[in-house]
Amino acid sequence: MLEVRGLHKVYDSHGRRVEAIGELTFAVEDGQFACVVGPSGCGKTTLLRCIAGLLPATAGEVWVEGSRVTGPPPGLAVVFQEYGRSLFPWLRVRDNVELPLRAARMPRAKRRDLANWALAAVGLEDAHRAYPWQLSGGMQQRVAIARAIAYQPRVLLMDEPFAAVDAQTRADLEDLIRSVWQRLGVTLLFVTHDIDEAVYLGERVIVLSAAPTHIKEDLPIDLPAERDQLTTRGDPRFTELRAQIYSLIQKSKQASPAPSKELS
Amino acid sequence: MSERLHRLLLGLAGLAGFGLLLEALPRWGVVSDRYLPPTSRILGELFERARHRPLWDAVFNTLGTWAIGLVVAVAAAVVLGMVIGTVPLLRAFTASTIEFLRPIPSVAWISAAIVLYGPVKMGTLLIVVYAAFWQMLVQVLHGVADVDPVARDTARSYRLGPLARIRWVTLPTALPYLATGLRLAATVALILTVTGELFVGTPGLGADILRASSSGATAGVYALVVVTGLLGVAANLLFRTVERRALSWHPSVRTEVPA
Amino acid sequence: MRVLGWLLWRLVLIFALPAVLVALWWQLSADSSHFLFRPLSEIWEAFRETWDRQRLVEDVLPSLNRLARGYALSLVLGIGLGVLVGSSRTLRSLLEPVLEFLRAIPPPVLIPLIALFAGLGDARRVVIIIAGCVWPILLNTVEGVRAVDEVLADTCRSYRIRGGRRLYHLVLRSASPQIMTGARQALAIGIILMVIGELQGTQDGIGHTIEQFQTSFQYAQMWSGVILLGLLGVALSLLFRLADQWVLRWYHGLRATEKER
Repeated sequence: MLEVRGLHKVYDSHGRRVEAIGELTFAVEDGQFACVVGPSGCGKTTLLRCIAGLLPATAGEVWVEGSRVTGPPPGLAVVFQEYGRSLFPWLRVRDNVELPLRAARMPRAKRRDLANWALAAVGLEDAHRAYPWQLSGGMQQRVAIARAIAYQPRVLLMDEPFAAVDAQTRADLEDLIRSVWQRLGVTLLFVTHDIDEAVYLGERVIVLSAAPTHIKEDLPIDLPAERDQLTTRGDPRFTELRAQIYSLIQKSKQASPAPSKELS
Repeated sequence: MSERLHRLLLGLAGLAGFGLLLEALPRWGVVSDRYLPPTSRILGELFERARHRPLWDAVFNTLGTWAIGLVVAVAAAVVLGMVIGTVPLLRAFTASTIEFLRPIPSVAWISAAIVLYGPVKMGTLLIVVYAAFWQMLVQVLHGVADVDPVARDTARSYRLGPLARIRWVTLPTALPYLATGLRLAATVALILTVTGELFVGTPGLGADILRASSSGATAGVYALVVVTGLLGVAANLLFRTVERRALSWHPSVRTEVPA
Repeated sequence: MRVLGWLLWRLVLIFALPAVLVALWWQLSADSSHFLFRPLSEIWEAFRETWDRQRLVEDVLPSLNRLARGYALSLVLGIGLGVLVGSSRTLRSLLEPVLEFLRAIPPPVLIPLIALFAGLGDARRVVIIIAGCVWPILLNTVEGVRAVDEVLADTCRSYRIRGGRRLYHLVLRSASPQIMTGARQALAIGIILMVIGELQGTQDGIGHTIEQFQTSFQYAQMWSGVILLGLLGVALSLLFRLADQWVLRWYHGLRATEKER
């Protein structure tokens, strides 16, 4: 259960005040898959970092699992866009997955089992002895996802995780994350700039405006629960939703002046 | 206030704090002032010496030995390095010899230098050139090896002669490495110049420090040490700036990192 | 068969030039009556005579012992302080000019000063080594700690990896390539200072022995000592290479992969 109340964030950079987030209020229910889209520079990443406790808000609150967020909360995992930089290059894949569990003082046998299960869940059970840099980009992101799910979080945040991989790999990863979400029942907040991806993945899409950011629209996605790259994307309802969101974003880009710094 | 100004002020505060600490320690009796004269006394001695000729003679002697040694070492290293580096066969054959000779500490030659030359510049130059040469050679070899094979082949296909290739392909690629090598060689050269002056007896700051130390002029020793340090700092700044300039023209990403 | 050929070729590459040079040296110096440049044959004789078990134990071992102690302490001091300074922007700005100044002082110059504080014993020699070795380690550690990847740091924060675990898994391992660079430079400096510290006024040590030979005109023996020093330098350098390969296995693999891309 994730609640954002009146979130407001202002940066002071080089003497200029930049309002990354104007005012955001929304809630994500337990086990819901919510996507966040918006024009470039609309503070999507800032929002995610505030929720993750990595960035203090200027005003407003974030509540995760009934507790107020003042720092990185327990039971919450983040998957970053830059998979290459978020994995430890000096640890093998399985050690990477196990590290947060070690920090949580989990006994070795249990750690090992969880790591193996997580790696199998993302299809990497054979790669556990490799180093991350020996793997392709898509596989590295899978490792990051495995690490996140081995952590057994209640809430999973993903910050444009598939933006840096090629289209084919992206499609595979999208299906992977949906299946993982269905198996685990985590609350998932997925930030992306790719509208198609947001509609394909989410049960609900939150559309942000340009800076100063607020919620432009909160669309429920009434597509069937069983989704598939071919049929779902060919579904006329998919196209409708997609077009709706696209025009919302276009309008918000025209309405506001160009976004102030690269603060996405 | 701006980032830079903030850093500068903090740095100055650090220096001031350091000076104050060294002033306080002997005055409060934490350390005997025979071993560590207070900063004020050291600076006083420094300024006193700066008014007379001998200090400046020593400085110029040190700088002279250092400069000559550095120039000789760098010239030899660049020429040899370019030749060895561009001919793969030469490189392969000399690799083991270089790897063997490189770690031989330059100080091994001190005894020989003393015997051969006595307390004159030549003896120290021997040690300085030896050490600085290897530092520079290694960097030159890295620089030549880093040349993009595509660029090299392109130059060849346009029928550029070996000299032209060196000028347009090898040299620009190797430039940052040369700059780094220069800085490292200069650092080592200064250390060995002063070492030579201390042990071989060549005139310069090292020799003066020895004299001051054996005559018990502790404040003088510290003052001269400060001068030597300032020399080192100046050299470091100079070569770091040169290195940064060379790097700023260079498109590729470098890996050799500052000491 | 191919492997054998390749192996042979590599052996030729490694030993050809050195063999030629040594042979040349042997020949050219054979008839030397120069007082300083003795024939290589004579030096070789002197080498075998001089560096016997007794001298190894009485001179070489103490020298190496001092080097080991000085180097180890430099590592502890350098890495410890380096992590501290590198982790705090304020500390870095505060201390940078002071450290730059202190490290620019050529360590041999400090010897008379160190003699004041540390007397004439073993401690003095170890302090001299530390005075030179600590700087490259310290400064490189600061650089390495400073350059820890932000995304990796955020990952640690979000997974609540803190304290000692964070220090080891994030900071130290991330900075390890840089620290190794500093350690390598420190080793070269350490050997130099080990020798220098033993000149003038010691009871034992390699440097002391070489100096003794020099002052008593036993030049063949002196050169044998120089050769020993060279061999020592090479051996330590090789040892360091091995350590580097082991500690930075992941790093070398990573760089190799990047180069291919």
